[in-house]
Amino acid sequence: MKTFLLAAATAVATVIAGSAFAASHGNFKPAVIYDMGGKFDKSFNESVYNGIKRFSDETGIEVMEFEVTNEAQREQAMRRMVQRGATVVLGVGFGQADAINAVAGDNPDVNFSIIDVNWLNQPNLRQYAFKEHEGSYLVGMIAASFSKSGTVGFVGGMDIPLIRAFECGYQQGARAANADINLLGNMTGTTPAAWNDPAKGAELTRSQIDRGADVIYQAAGGTGVGVIQAAADAGKYSIGVDSNQNHMAPGSVLTSMLKRVDVAAYNTMKDAMEGNFDAGVYNLGLAENGVGWALDENNAALISDEMKAAVEDAAAKIISGEIMVHDYRADNTCPVS
Amino acid sequence: MNEMIMPFILTLDATLRLASPLMLCAMAGIFAERSGIVDISLEGKLLSGAFVAAAVTTASGSVWVGLGAAMIATMSLSALHGFATITHRGDQVVSGLAINMLAMGLTIVVGHAVYGRGGQTPALTNDLRFSPNTLWLSDMLKDVPLLGPIYSELLSGHNLLVYLALISVPATAFILYRTRFGLRLRAVGEVPEAVDTAGISVFWLRYRALILGGLLCGIAGAYLSVALGAGFAREMSAGKGYIALAAVIFGNWRPFRALGACLMFGFLESLSTRLEGVELPLVGELPTQLMLALPYVLTVLLLAGFIGRPTPPAAIGQPYIK
Repeated sequence: MKTFLLAAATAVATVIAGSAFAASHGNFKPAVIYDMGGKFDKSFNESVYNGIKRFSDETGIEVMEFEVTNEAQREQAMRRMVQRGATVVLGVGFGQADAINAVAGDNPDVNFSIIDVNWLNQPNLRQYAFKEHEGSYLVGMIAASFSKSGTVGFVGGMDIPLIRAFECGYQQGARAANADINLLGNMTGTTPAAWNDPAKGAELTRSQIDRGADVIYQAAGGTGVGVIQAAADAGKYSIGVDSNQNHMAPGSVLTSMLKRVDVAAYNTMKDAMEGNFDAGVYNLGLAENGVGWALDENNAALISDEMKAAVEDAAAKIISGEIMVHDYRADNTCPVS
Repeated sequence: MNEMIMPFILTLDATLRLASPLMLCAMAGIFAERSGIVDISLEGKLLSGAFVAAAVTTASGSVWVGLGAAMIATMSLSALHGFATITHRGDQVVSGLAINMLAMGLTIVVGHAVYGRGGQTPALTNDLRFSPNTLWLSDMLKDVPLLGPIYSELLSGHNLLVYLALISVPATAFILYRTRFGLRLRAVGEVPEAVDTAGISVFWLRYRALILGGLLCGIAGAYLSVALGAGFAREMSAGKGYIALAAVIFGNWRPFRALGACLMFGFLESLSTRLEGVELPLVGELPTQLMLALPYVLTVLLLAGFIGRPTPPAAIGQPYIK
């Protein structure tokens, strides 16, 4: 009974403190629309979720959320968030670009932010783009210097310039570490279903392993789960993407290319709360800590000190501009193949 | 010698992996259609089987329990199809389509509600999947010219469900052509009145045919999510049920011919994953989009050019009115 009372008292105190805190920020009401992968996709959306969670934990402010389960819901969900009084709405992924463009145009008083988009133009819309080619370059170096067979592979999700940029950065890094490296590349499909086809991802991985690859990098959302699993099944190595995926098959995931969408999500919410929200395009690369690679207890044994030093050296050179990593999206071509 | 034929063997190996769910579904389709019931719900049953197998395996910690649950789920869907079309004489295509939509929606909704991963179930560890079995003597025979790689790479090293799929074909043929049940089943799809006159229940025979098909679909579904894959993903059946149905028609409602069609579809799919990004003589590297469309384009061409005149069971699609 006593503990119950104590718990109840704490709960009441928290509610009072929480509401007082929320009140101090006027009518600030944030919202986030997760995309088709789902909030716990172990990849892109989950990374956003981690950023949002950090914001909520620090400020005590609840963020309204919605998980899109089919394409038609995106615009609907955004409009509903605005109706419910959201003052800032975060869209996750380029798939929501058209929806957010329309809704932002209709609601000039509400702030909007979107990740993986940089081609829209609305005065109340902030856009985050990442220099994925820079992060991919680094994991490409790791792949090529780790590979024993001299062949490394890439499995992409949907065949779009964004994913080609991952592949192209990776191949440039691999060639930089080993000029003779043999490169394989596959795309899962040409429709959004390609983000969620682990069986096909696994099959593509097996075919690359059959052709000699021993390290395979994936940028394929949910499909990548199949790549990691197939590589682990065959005793080969894979490279994770977006979130730190090293834990998904410890000892088989060589490293992960980190895309700090959590930082983008956190900054959106924080800036909006503090009244510092500005529209425009943010391009986050190595210099801004927007991309990187993962080293933790799961892959520490795989990464030698030499590899680590070489990668850190290359990262410094990319930041200083001494190494220019070509962005596939600039001219839709890749200098290596 | 063995080095040279290896890429070919490995492509055939992938063919077997990709054709297995098609074989199981095609045999399910043959049972249903030979009894006179159109079964386009193969796709929905395959998808539900995959979901239930992954979800129950996750929850129970046993892949066998998952397989059993998948078979029960798909047999229930078959019974539902039967209830609508046999007992209540509903339209067989409409009922099948309804089951497909039900499966597609329900797996995503339930998956979202329970796991919150965009319709995926949690990834399964290796001890919770059907893992590859190495056949007897396969390591020893590996270096024998020609036959060695065929045995150790192509035939050995698959999971149990692949072998089950391979066995399902002669088993279906045996049941259809060598047993009393099979004779009656074929008769009920051709002239149900004759079977009824002989004092055998048309309804009960058709129900049994459908439920047998449901069982096979359950195995195929489990193959997708707990053997080939390590978890369920939304719409993971990706039209395989329809392709299996095409194989049934392509195979003229006969088990071994349908097997041939399934292997052809599997081969085309494995070829498309292997040829992507490879320099071919004369034409160079083919674009991704073309490679991905290849199995479907060839399917249309082959179906249009080689099938000839199909002879479906005479009473197919007609509800039996006593």
